[in-house]
Amino acid sequence: MKPSARIRLTGSVLLGVCLVISAFALRHLDQIQSRARFDEVLYFPSPSVVKRLSLGYDGLLADVYWTRAVQYFGTKHVLGSYQYPLLGPLLEITTVLDPHLTVAYEFGANYLAPKPPYGAGMPQRAIQLAQYGIRNNPNDWRLYYNLGFIYYLELKDYAKATDAFARGAKVPDAHPFLKVMAAQMAQHAGELLMAKLLWTAAYQSTTDRDIRANAASHLRALEVQEDVNNLERLVSMYRERTGHWPASFSELEAMGILQGMPVDPLGQSYKLLPEGRVEVREPDRFPFIEKGAPAGYIPPPPKFLPSRGGA
Amino acid sequence: MSMYAIEILGLEKTYAVGFWRKRPKSALRPLDLSVEAGEVFGFLGPNGAGKTTTLKLLMGLVFPSGGSARILGMGINDPRMKAQIGFLPEQPYFYDYLTANELLEYYAQLSGVAAKERRRKVVEVLTRVGLEDVRGTQLRKFSKGMLQRVGIAQAILHDPKVLFFDEPMSGLDPIGRREVRDLMEELKQQGKTVFFSTHILSDAESLCDRVAIIHLGELRGVGAVADLTSSVEGKVEIIWHGGAVPASLQALTSKCHLRGDTVRAVVREANQDAAIDGLRQAGIRIISVTPVRSSLEEYFVRKLKPSETAAGVRS
Amino acid sequence: MSVRILHIASNTFREVVRDRVLYNLIAFTLLMSGASILVGQISIGIERLVVVNLGLTAVSLFGMVIAIFIGIGLVSKEIEKRTLYTVLSRPVGRWEFIVGKFFGLAGTLVVNTVFMAVGVFAALLYVSGTFAWADAWILVALYFIVLQFLMITAIALLFSTFSSPLLAAVFAFSLFVIGSFAEDLRGFAAMAHGVSRILATGAAYLVPNFSSLNIITSVAHQQPVAGEFIASNSLYALVYTAMVLCGAVLIFECRNLK
Repeated sequence: MKPSARIRLTGSVLLGVCLVISAFALRHLDQIQSRARFDEVLYFPSPSVVKRLSLGYDGLLADVYWTRAVQYFGTKHVLGSYQYPLLGPLLEITTVLDPHLTVAYEFGANYLAPKPPYGAGMPQRAIQLAQYGIRNNPNDWRLYYNLGFIYYLELKDYAKATDAFARGAKVPDAHPFLKVMAAQMAQHAGELLMAKLLWTAAYQSTTDRDIRANAASHLRALEVQEDVNNLERLVSMYRERTGHWPASFSELEAMGILQGMPVDPLGQSYKLLPEGRVEVREPDRFPFIEKGAPAGYIPPPPKFLPSRGGA
Repeated sequence: MSMYAIEILGLEKTYAVGFWRKRPKSALRPLDLSVEAGEVFGFLGPNGAGKTTTLKLLMGLVFPSGGSARILGMGINDPRMKAQIGFLPEQPYFYDYLTANELLEYYAQLSGVAAKERRRKVVEVLTRVGLEDVRGTQLRKFSKGMLQRVGIAQAILHDPKVLFFDEPMSGLDPIGRREVRDLMEELKQQGKTVFFSTHILSDAESLCDRVAIIHLGELRGVGAVADLTSSVEGKVEIIWHGGAVPASLQALTSKCHLRGDTVRAVVREANQDAAIDGLRQAGIRIISVTPVRSSLEEYFVRKLKPSETAAGVRS
Repeated sequence: MSVRILHIASNTFREVVRDRVLYNLIAFTLLMSGASILVGQISIGIERLVVVNLGLTAVSLFGMVIAIFIGIGLVSKEIEKRTLYTVLSRPVGRWEFIVGKFFGLAGTLVVNTVFMAVGVFAALLYVSGTFAWADAWILVALYFIVLQFLMITAIALLFSTFSSPLLAAVFAFSLFVIGSFAEDLRGFAAMAHGVSRILATGAAYLVPNFSSLNIITSVAHQQPVAGEFIASNSLYALVYTAMVLCGAVLIFECRNLK
């Protein structure tokens, strides 16, 4: 073999070997670091610093941070910890970079405000975020809706919620729901009705797939609640008339107080238990379920962000 | 109307060197020189003498520290003057992404050659320098000699009256140099003024009407070639058979070269007869007696000896 | 006079193109294609927003890099390679040379931007399926980006007249960065006192103001741009560019070409 050919061969082989070894070393490093990686490092925690560093390309950087916020939230709970300390800062940076990124405010209302494991449990921060959004987008009705949403559901501050919905209703092109909700709340309508209105509005007002799916789940849980309430009322009615608990729904049908077999929103029939309790057959399919689950039922970890493969 | 093509009046250049610009370095001391129209003028000097500086000053590439110059009666920065001169810098480098054709078209545009004429003139001048076959080739593929020819082409393209060449033969092989010499002869016959700098004396000797010698930024001598060389004593070269140097000759010459079975010696012209007599008396067969034309080199070397005025200023 | 500028400009254009600069369009196309295809999987609901943000940011950054890296060599390369000698020995004014070089590079950037604009709109069409009238504002954003190119090209050219390429790149890039903070700098100057106020104010007005020319984010949200804003920005950018070119010409006119 000529000297130059030998060098070429040696060089190529060495290159390949080094490449393979470096890949293995990197994977090993990843494994060691994977626990530590979510030690919550934000290199630039201050939104104003990030804005300056963006050199005017803040729109794109906002989109990057937004993506990061979503992935952060989705990936974190795979690791089993339901604390999301970085969600607030990430959303704040996103919105400072691009104050018109509505979907970030929606995400804050839906996932920053609720208590763990459903959210980060920071309603006050979510409120600040929503108010910042309103200041920068005074004609976007969805942001008033978000604010009212947080006040109502998490803080139970009905007065402020009403105020937010009322202000939002005045915005041109506002969704008619806002007026309705403001009115209903002013009349102290029942929680169930309000919740239905809220989640329906949420479902209709967003284009984000995850927030929509979230709203749909809530609505299904509410429907279950309504159904269970209704059915248990009918069962009590039966008991009053006959003096004993019915053994099955067909007895209620025979009595004429029930038309057809009752099914849950996903199409499965309800279970009738002794002592007149009604339950769903598969409570796991209804996140957020409250009524209609067996006693001592522990809900499984919530599945967020189905669009990311149910992370 | 000046009859001088080039007039240099006290032109000088001093550079301020050093971090605080305290040390002045004189690249050119005040120079006075005139070149008549139609002359071929050689500007001689060793490397670093100030030849290129002078040319750059004349071209307006460098600003003088003092003095002035006029070319064709006009100032250095006059565009009308620039349209009538051509410049070939030392070891020129051209836009290597252009072809020879494109480069010359570009130069023609800048020199104000009328659009109708450009194509014709470019082809004409490329043919003249022998590059018509490669005119579509990118300059990055050109050899040094070819680039030099391109340089000459661009200098003569717009039919200028005065030409300035900086070391036009540098880096050329003997054939190339011959071609450049021929071209310069042609230019002279066309009545153009040619001002060129070189450190190759033989070229100057054969081409120039007048020369100037510059050293360490200072002019050391000016004059017609014939006059300068004639002021130096002539010499004669004698070649004879055998290996001996007769005693009578040893006094006349200090240089004897032995080669094979001949001896070659150089004696002063005045001693020519005495030397021949001496050889004949010694019975030595003379092979040849040839006058050695005294060269410009002698004049050059003599002028280059440092004078008192130049002492103390090193380039 | 003006014809020579045109000739120098077109030669500069030829120089830049033959330097294979336009190959950057390949990288740009790959980027936009990849982004259009992937964006749907990464950020749902804001595809259009991301495509516009990414596209315009890429146009801006690619162009800035080209403007700086080629601009810094425009004059210094000619001096170093001594190609300048045979040009300036002709009836070409030094100022014509500078202006011609500027227009050559600026022209290249405009052409480059036009191609990229087509790419951005193509990606937008792919992602949203249709155009809205509001997308026309993207053209305004592109126009502003071109104005920024003019400014930074002039700056790079200025540094090229007296500085080595490396230093020129550092200076030009630094001015680009500072220029994006220009608004903050003016605010700071307004709050300062005494000498620092004078210095800061001077700096704030000398530095190129890129912040008001960057409307990528608002155009991505389909917000309209006021005509007065366009006019004022145009005036500022053109006058600023002219100012910097004057500086470049002044420096170059006095420069000894060794």
